[in-house]
Amino acid sequence: MSGGARRSRGEIWLAALAGGGGVTGEGPGSVRVADAPLGEERARFLAVVPDPAGRFSRARAGEVGLEEAWALARHVRGAVADDADAGRARRPLVAVVDVAGQAYGRLEELLGIHLACAAAVDAWATARLEGHPVVALLVGRAMSGAFLAHGYQANRILALDDPGVLVHAMGKQAAARVTRRSVAEVERLGEEVLPMAYDVRSWARLGIVDELIRGVDADAPGAGDVARVRAALAAAVADARSGPRDLGRRVRGEQRGASAEVRRRLAEQWDGPA
Amino acid sequence: MSDSGFARILARRSFVELTARERARAVLDREGQRELLGPFDRLHSPWLERQGIVPQEDDGVVVLRGRLDGRPAVAVAIEGGFQGGSMGEVGGAKIAGALELALRDAERGAPVLPVLILETGGVRLQEANLGLAAIAEIQASLIALRRRVPVVGVVAGMVGCFGGMSLAAALCTRLVMTRQARLGMNGPEVVEQEAGVEELDAADRPLVWSLVGGEQRHAVGLADALVEDDVAAVSAAVREAFARPAPPAHRSEQVARFERRLAEIDPAGPLDGPALRCRWAREEP
Repeated sequence: MSGGARRSRGEIWLAALAGGGGVTGEGPGSVRVADAPLGEERARFLAVVPDPAGRFSRARAGEVGLEEAWALARHVRGAVADDADAGRARRPLVAVVDVAGQAYGRLEELLGIHLACAAAVDAWATARLEGHPVVALLVGRAMSGAFLAHGYQANRILALDDPGVLVHAMGKQAAARVTRRSVAEVERLGEEVLPMAYDVRSWARLGIVDELIRGVDADAPGAGDVARVRAALAAAVADARSGPRDLGRRVRGEQRGASAEVRRRLAEQWDGPA
Repeated sequence: MSDSGFARILARRSFVELTARERARAVLDREGQRELLGPFDRLHSPWLERQGIVPQEDDGVVVLRGRLDGRPAVAVAIEGGFQGGSMGEVGGAKIAGALELALRDAERGAPVLPVLILETGGVRLQEANLGLAAIAEIQASLIALRRRVPVVGVVAGMVGCFGGMSLAAALCTRLVMTRQARLGMNGPEVVEQEAGVEELDAADRPLVWSLVGGEQRHAVGLADALVEDDVAAVSAAVREAFARPAPPAHRSEQVARFERRLAEIDPAGPLDGPALRCRWAREEP
């Protein structure tokens, strides 16, 4: 896009995996979509990237704003409808995830960014329920509500094992202010309390990630790096096709004992005493 | 005001002032209520104590089985008084788990009517990534469930419904709000912190409510029913929501309609709550 500006990770990886920039011409410019080969078939790749010319000023730096969220919903639903109409195999959908967060603004709240992001969540979940293999590939930031809207509904989650891949409910500075701690304290707590950590390795220990892809240059991937990631994506697609369409596999991790225990005991009590 | 008007107000019992447990009890039929994973099951957060916070034995979420006009139901209520109604691992799993079991029953042809009484600031930051993961799982099960049985949400106030759970509220088949309630993705304090006080003064209560308050959300069609803060009114609105036919498309599926609406907005121009009401007037039903 703009000459000289450093490309975002989302932009870099969308181009590396799908070829081209994924500019659709339908807008907004921040949502990139490309149908491209993956293994023996064609997949749809989607990314949210910075767009300094975006209409909404609070969503110009790679945030998921109103237009981004609705556009994600449109492009995901488009693939679902097209494959259904054509009666063909459901194509894989790949969320290339590098999202700074949701857009924070007065106008965003007034115009219902909660519904916009819900629509994106809905579209991704619907694709999964309809039988599309949905894979999220974390290449950069996966923050908060933006990650809910772009990636967290996937059947399979892959992540680059790289210090720039960050997962959290709130940025460090904001989290520090809200919890009345210093940034250093927030970082230290992340080392002590696993779900508070920001780095992808800690997050992977929660059992939510299906594969951590090691040894890949996340900022400037070479041909070998791209080939490895493509192979991992294709394997995840095949695996997703052979498995259930819900997210049940995510709660089996050792560090999610309470998540599993709650479900087990809830099921025991659900129908009441026999 | 007429005498009958005063009598009606005097007869009111506030829903907003009830605890989560009382709210769940107030919504379901009086007979045959049964709480699941109650305080005596002692399933509390495994993450809070090591951060110097006293956990609560129900982790701030109440799951109540019972009936609605005689039909099997489950009411799930978040306690806004415990850690701001924040979603941690255990509370989140209670909500997701209840929705997953309701889905299983609906698939077996024995539907359970689900009611979500939401009072939450979003993810509990002390359990950050597990709260966020739980919210993704709540959304996943809600979307699968509402294909088979309507999911009715209630946002009553005082906390309101924010963060990732505001997306869950938006995914409900029907949403009931009071004037006291607020519904938004980013709480006003967070917007002020991230974007500055000139963007939004979180202390300006009339302004905040004019943007994200229950009356505004209802007026622009982002909530389905606006009710008085009254136990009988909330309970009746929940029953009415289940009695109505399923909408042809959920709000979150109406992509073209909302993209069209958004395209007509000039982000540089002045726009406030009342002006949006003129543009996005309710389209009944």
